[in-house]
Amino acid sequence: MEILMAILIGLLFASAVYLMLSKSLLRIIIGTGLLSHGAHLLLLTMAGLKRGSVPLLGEQAESYADPIPQALILTAIVISFGVTAFFLVLAYRAYQELGTDNIDEMRGSKNND
Amino acid sequence: MSLLHFSIIAPLILAIFIPFFYKKVKAIHTGWLIVWLPALLFIYFIQFLPQIQNEGAIKKTVEWIPSLGINFTAYVDGLGLLFALLITGIGTLVVLYSVFYLDKKKENLGHFYVYLLMFMAAMLGVVLSDNLIVLYVFWELTSFSSFLLIGFWNHKERSRYGAQKSMLLTVFGGLSMLGGFTILSLLTESFSIREIISQAGSISTEPLFIVALILVLLGAFTKSAQFPFHIWLPDAMEAPTPVSAYLHSATMVKAGIYLVARMSPVFAEQGIWLWLVGGIGLVTLFWGSFNAVKQTDLKAILAFSTISQLGMIMSMLGVGAAALHYDFLRENFYMGATVAAVFHLINHATFKGSLFMVAGIVDHETGTRDIRKLGGLMQLMPITATIAFIGTFSMAGLPPFNGFLSKEMFFTSMINVLHLDIFNLETWGVLFPVIAWIASIFTFIYSMMLFFKTFTGKRKEEHLKKKPHEAPIGMLIPPIILAALVIFFGFFPNVLSQSLLGPVASSILPSLMDAGHEMDIHIQFWHGFKPELFMTIGVIFFGIILYKTMEKWTPIYGKIPSFFALNYVYDAGLKQSEKGANRLTNFYMNGSIRHYMIYIFISFIGLLTYAIVRNQAFLLDTADLAPIGIYELVLSLIIVAASITILIAKSRLTSIIALGAVGYTVALFFLLFRAPDLVLTQLVIETVSVALFLLAFYHLPKLNRKEERMSFKLTNAIVALGVGVIVTLIALSAHSQKLFDSISKYYIENTAEKAGGGNMVNVILVDFRGFDTMFEIAVLGIAALGIYGMIKLRLSRRRNE
Repeated sequence: MEILMAILIGLLFASAVYLMLSKSLLRIIIGTGLLSHGAHLLLLTMAGLKRGSVPLLGEQAESYADPIPQALILTAIVISFGVTAFFLVLAYRAYQELGTDNIDEMRGSKNND
Repeated sequence: MSLLHFSIIAPLILAIFIPFFYKKVKAIHTGWLIVWLPALLFIYFIQFLPQIQNEGAIKKTVEWIPSLGINFTAYVDGLGLLFALLITGIGTLVVLYSVFYLDKKKENLGHFYVYLLMFMAAMLGVVLSDNLIVLYVFWELTSFSSFLLIGFWNHKERSRYGAQKSMLLTVFGGLSMLGGFTILSLLTESFSIREIISQAGSISTEPLFIVALILVLLGAFTKSAQFPFHIWLPDAMEAPTPVSAYLHSATMVKAGIYLVARMSPVFAEQGIWLWLVGGIGLVTLFWGSFNAVKQTDLKAILAFSTISQLGMIMSMLGVGAAALHYDFLRENFYMGATVAAVFHLINHATFKGSLFMVAGIVDHETGTRDIRKLGGLMQLMPITATIAFIGTFSMAGLPPFNGFLSKEMFFTSMINVLHLDIFNLETWGVLFPVIAWIASIFTFIYSMMLFFKTFTGKRKEEHLKKKPHEAPIGMLIPPIILAALVIFFGFFPNVLSQSLLGPVASSILPSLMDAGHEMDIHIQFWHGFKPELFMTIGVIFFGIILYKTMEKWTPIYGKIPSFFALNYVYDAGLKQSEKGANRLTNFYMNGSIRHYMIYIFISFIGLLTYAIVRNQAFLLDTADLAPIGIYELVLSLIIVAASITILIAKSRLTSIIALGAVGYTVALFFLLFRAPDLVLTQLVIETVSVALFLLAFYHLPKLNRKEERMSFKLTNAIVALGVGVIVTLIALSAHSQKLFDSISKYYIENTAEKAGGGNMVNVILVDFRGFDTMFEIAVLGIAALGIYGMIKLRLSRRRNE
């Protein structure tokens, strides 16, 4: 399973990087979304998959899944959400002010250098 | 802090008060308030003379950074004292001269004297320091103050150019020198020159020793304007004439000579030292005198003449180093070369200082320094002409002036090179006297040019801006004193030789101290029909012929290709390096984010691939793997399909929805991998994110809303694939080589017992690792505030209204 996940994560990373190298701002942000999905899955995979029960003591299981990466991922999800939300509003404002979403056109003006 | 240390930094202390004097005391020229200090210092230093002769060197230490072995150690021996006397003596005369030269109302005297005093202290520090780092600090201070003085008239473009050029070259040399000093201190574990000299024999076999030698020589050659670093000196002539006389003839340009003389006991055992110092000195001697002849500006002639004379002193120091290899010879005439170098150093300081002052007087009284416009000034300026006569004839090496004596000694030492049979000198050594002789002919020519074209011939008053007349007496006193010294040393050289030259030579060649008696005899012996006398006669003979036929052969200067002019190389090099740096920056900093991302990702791929290959880190261990279930397989296929959809989708809406699909599938993965809290969070957040994406999509500018498929770019695809492969490889090998077990056992056991909870993930988040959560909340808060600010704050629009 871990091998499959590693390949899947690699694929997510590759698509994310490809999107981040594109011209459109929206696609770049989509790329960062894919990248964080890949990173979260990577965190989980590295801890070992499907070992033991859900990490709730009520389960009374013999072994539990590792709770630490889950806590880490939870933190990471929230942070990446905060950053993504910020970026999206930034992109939205950039559309409004500059009238473009092509990053090649966003080069500042000569006067602002 | 002894009186000696105080005397070194006294000019700096006085410099602090200069602006105050300058502002408050308007009635008298600021120079009068300063001239007493160098005079006092001169008297103070001359008192050391008997002490040095009888007892040897004086050493006093003030701790500065004792933990690093950097202390302000003042060390007065013959060599240091000679320079200190030159600096303070000529310093006094130059300040006196500048009082009459610089106008009280027109010039910013406050700045001038601050710079000059800074320079004086720096020079005293250079020659009287025993500690290499302290020496370096003062050395750079001379570079800086020289920079300020050359650019004193900073409204002139040429001044700024000259100042920048001298700064770049001398600081380049200074930094090289620092490198050499550092190597020396690493080899000997000391910064003290005395200490390094005492270990000189044992470190000379180290491989870094030659590197240190070359680096230190670079410092000396740039400072002393040796070939090919001499090019800054002619441009430094844009400085006020007192500065040229002081810095660029008598003191600063001799700092390199001081360094070579000072470091001789360390390096001179090496044959390469003799070759480099002697050879470069000779090349400089020839090139300087050859180029001086074609100049038309008085100060430019003097600048090239300074270069050539510095080369002469340098070559004598190089040959003098041979004494160390030949100490078994009965008649130690190589030591004579060192004595000659020191003797000429004093002579040069006297006649060149006076000649610069003469050039300044001529400039001051006629308004020009161009020898094509000058002529016939002898009757108008008899005193100046007399001084110029003494100075130029001494420079040409004619009797009865002191230049004659040192030139004879120079020829003697160059002829003695023929007796050497080390370092291949038996084949090439013959070049030494030949080049020296030819260079002396050129020296003769420009000396004659300098005097006869300025003071004799037809008067050309129509070319002059002012009506020429004799200079004020105050301006004449300093050059008169120097010219008097030229004659005095010419007739009574032994006054100098017994008091000063002996101690100086013994501090340059300390290991030959016991041969001191022989050396004394050598200095006094200056009569007799030797080959060098005939060489001088030859110089005069050919010099006169060439001077008379100058119009016929000077056109050859025009035929020398401009590439040989080192200024051209310097200017073009500077321009090209600027252009090249500009081009390089514009090439890779092209403003496109895509490019920068590619650099980042390529470095990421490159570095990680290198690390994996280098450490042979890739490993695949299939022992500890979870089985693949049908659900996971299906979910994987969904993610693959959704990612591909994002990549190839024509519409951005499709991409956004496909991203949502990936997010929800990841949530399902979390479900399968036993992470209920993650499932909840992921579902909610994915929903909100997709909503935000849709919001941003909805507000796309109308113009660009035409949907288009992402155009395929091969580089992007390769980079993306590379990143994916590397991440997969690292994930696989990391998973295959776990070094120790997880610490999660502790959390599982203690969640209920110590924290009183049942949900391990939540207990970790708020109890065991609650700090993470606190700052994660802070991140969300900042993001919220930031978004609010971005939407509400519209400063640019308000400004436009």
